[in-house]
Amino acid sequence: MSESLATEHTATYHETDDTLSRQIVRGVLNSKEATFWLTVGLIILSIALLAPWIAPQDPYDLMVLDIMDSRMPPGTKNFDESLTYWLGTDGQGRDMLSAIMYGLRTSISVGVMAGVIALILGMILGLTGSYFGGWVDALIMRTVDLMLGFPTILVALILLSVLGQGVDKVIMALVAVQWANYARVVRSAALVEREKEYIEAATCLGLGHWRILFKHLLPNCLPPVIVIGTVQVAHAISAEATLSFLGLGVPITEPSLGLLIANGYQLLLSGMYWISFFPGVVLLLTIFSINIVGDRIREILNPRLLQEGEN
Amino acid sequence: MPDSEPTLKVEKLHTSFFTKAGIVKAVNDVSFSVKRGEILGLVGESGSGKSITAFSILNLIDPPGRITSGKILFNGRDLVGSSEKEMQQLRGNKIAMIFQDPMMTLNPVLRIDTQMIETIQAHEKVSHRVAYERARDGLGRVGISSPEERLKAYPHQFSGGMRQRVAIAISFLLKPDLVLADEPTTALDVTIQGQILYEVQKLCRETGTAMVWITHDLAVVGGLADRVCVMYAGRIVEEGGVDEVIDTPMHPYTHGLIGSVPSQNRRGQVLYQIPGMTPSLLSLPKGCTFRPRCTQKTEQCLEVPQTLRTSSGRMMSCYNPFNQGL
Amino acid sequence: MTVFIVRRLMQSVLVVLVVSMILFAGIFAIGNPVDILLPPDATQEDREEAIQALGLDKPLLIQYGLFLANAVRGDLGTSFVHNVPSMQLILHRMNATLELALLALIFAVFIGIPLGMLSGAHPNTLLDRTLMTGSIFGFSIPNFWQGLMLIMVFSVFLRWLPSTGRGETGTILGIETSLATWDGIQHMIMPALNLSLYKISMVMRLTRASMRETLPMDFVKFARAKGLTGRRIIFVHVLKNIMLPIITVIGMELGSLIAFGVVTETIFAWPGMGKLLIDSINVLDRPVIVAWLMIVVLLFISINLLVDIIYSVLDPRIRLSDVKS
Repeated sequence: MSESLATEHTATYHETDDTLSRQIVRGVLNSKEATFWLTVGLIILSIALLAPWIAPQDPYDLMVLDIMDSRMPPGTKNFDESLTYWLGTDGQGRDMLSAIMYGLRTSISVGVMAGVIALILGMILGLTGSYFGGWVDALIMRTVDLMLGFPTILVALILLSVLGQGVDKVIMALVAVQWANYARVVRSAALVEREKEYIEAATCLGLGHWRILFKHLLPNCLPPVIVIGTVQVAHAISAEATLSFLGLGVPITEPSLGLLIANGYQLLLSGMYWISFFPGVVLLLTIFSINIVGDRIREILNPRLLQEGEN
Repeated sequence: MPDSEPTLKVEKLHTSFFTKAGIVKAVNDVSFSVKRGEILGLVGESGSGKSITAFSILNLIDPPGRITSGKILFNGRDLVGSSEKEMQQLRGNKIAMIFQDPMMTLNPVLRIDTQMIETIQAHEKVSHRVAYERARDGLGRVGISSPEERLKAYPHQFSGGMRQRVAIAISFLLKPDLVLADEPTTALDVTIQGQILYEVQKLCRETGTAMVWITHDLAVVGGLADRVCVMYAGRIVEEGGVDEVIDTPMHPYTHGLIGSVPSQNRRGQVLYQIPGMTPSLLSLPKGCTFRPRCTQKTEQCLEVPQTLRTSSGRMMSCYNPFNQGL
Repeated sequence: MTVFIVRRLMQSVLVVLVVSMILFAGIFAIGNPVDILLPPDATQEDREEAIQALGLDKPLLIQYGLFLANAVRGDLGTSFVHNVPSMQLILHRMNATLELALLALIFAVFIGIPLGMLSGAHPNTLLDRTLMTGSIFGFSIPNFWQGLMLIMVFSVFLRWLPSTGRGETGTILGIETSLATWDGIQHMIMPALNLSLYKISMVMRLTRASMRETLPMDFVKFARAKGLTGRRIIFVHVLKNIMLPIITVIGMELGSLIAFGVVTETIFAWPGMGKLLIDSINVLDRPVIVAWLMIVVLLFISINLLVDIIYSVLDPRIRLSDVKS
């Protein structure tokens, strides 16, 4: 009896899992606005991925930079007219368009990496807490409360001042501030799911803890995780830019969009807007497109559990 | 205004909800009238369109719903198509409504006095002092002791029965010509229910207010109403004096309803049950909407039955009624 | 009520203790301040002398104990760099930060709530969709870049508003504030707007959600059935119901406004405590960082406590249940 019950549920969640992704895709494509911004987001992503091949210049190659070309307004051509600086150049004579493409690479990879690691860590801790309960749960959740009680930017700032600069350090700091969001959402979703009969049945069958956790509880926590996942990745990209702007993020050797903007800060005051303006526009478009699509997914899935997890 | 003219006369009212799933005909060709001082019971299962009828009268149907056709004559004046401003002046003033769940109808964060006084001041230019005194007297009339103190309280400090008394007091504050009561006792204990019925009946008799009492409980109607309309799936299927309808129901639905009231049966006898379920208003059966559940159905019932008026002043719409001799 | 406050106070003290421990251990790991304080050509003796003078030779636990004991007496250490008590340094700049945070909060309330109500009262209309997309825009725009753009447009191109500094200050009720002079107000507009945009979006969405939740309630329909005007229903019946959760959330956000002040103050060179934190991190002024964080944690916790108390005073339902318990 209990065996058939368990297998039956194994079947159903695979089914719902499948329709979940289809449901999201259909829901997003149903909205013109979301479809448009999804396209924008995908274009931005492709640019970031293809930057080394499509950028007019390698902004890291100091040999191609000419200091004579520094601070050129948008549309200026270089001395032998072989290259047009469509978005102008920065203080080192770097083509802004190329710098933005490479910066986008750094920004998106930091954001996505931080998001994915935070998601995995948060999910493991959230599931563990909900499954084992007791002091394990209490410890995890009190830590989560403490983490969420303080603004992310402040915690990340302090962590980075301890850790020092570097792409890996930024990712660590972002993971440290974001895992708690996932842990909380996963835990509350898992708690609801845990009460259901099939988990009991699986326990009765003598399935191992981890098997129950990952094969049975996890798939059912996905909808709220997907929703906060989009928001959190957007948040991570924005936070990385902020930290880099404050001089605590990525090193100058791998400039992200935030650092590009910071480099143009002083020049902005003397009217050279393009160095800060264009990277910011790209940053905004990236975050905005993720948020719009995320908002649409939230409408589609509308998980009740999200309310407390939203930040 | 001639005395014989009814306070409220609803004629061929249609209210529909235009949803994505289709058009829901919540109120379908409903006609009835209520005279001064009369209590009309509007009986039916949940989803039969009773509440929508009441909200239609107040023009409080929210989109996607709207009144599609028909007339609502209040003191001879058609309310359908009245402006929002005109309706607002009537609501709470000439036509008042009592809601089903007293726990939900009073605003939880406003004191009782605020909620009473604002009603008076919305319709009459009186001083706060005068309005306050009228609110206090109003509470007294529905049997609330020490009204002065009670006025200062918040709704959550009252029991359900007390809150419903407050809601009734608010409804009668401006001596309306018509009160629409939407199952006001359903959410209450039986003992409280009796008290509330008594208060309402007394108020109606005293003020000459006409009343439409909506309920699914025939027993309540039996003790309270003068006349009764039975609604099924958006239509009125039977109408008549309360005693006649209960004693000699004609429409098979009314018959079934009365059969399923426990007090009408003898002990040990199996309670009657109407077979089947209320149809979805989205896909009503063809012809008589009660046909699929009816014990008396014939081929003829595939056509919508006409409303028939019997010699004894009753109305019903059925081809094969019970107690046809009347 | 008293029981409630005492319990909350005890929880708060515990949180402060835990945070202070984590902070102390964490900050202890930041570089060696001696390296920064002494010139590179300092001798080994100089170094040891400095380490002893700063108490850095004692075990971590003892250092923490001393720190706590001093903290209770209001002494959060002396700045390595400025050589004045950190507490004094921070409190001196707190005014500027608080006035900025408060003005931003006022913007959030007076712009966010009306827009959210407008949106919630007309769901799924063009207006609603525009406002909601606008709020996502507000969420998405990176705070620091938005500040730069404000400077670019209003200071560099239009030359309407000054880009940096606090401007001339005056005193109102004995408090030094930029709001007292026209010059100060001009200096404040952009930073406050910069700080509040995110909160405006948040308050908008929150208000809209509360409206959508409250409008279908029976008491709203009953209010309509009483013949009240639409205005009275929205501004008295609905608003009074949705204000409580909104006030709570906004109150809690005051803390995060102080935190985000770090970014805003850096951009606009606003002489508040946020800028002090960034400066201190850059020169590893350990006592100031610790003191700063301790003060902000205390601020956070007191704000949350205060909001909880205000909430329970405002909500008649909670008030009663507390009297009973």
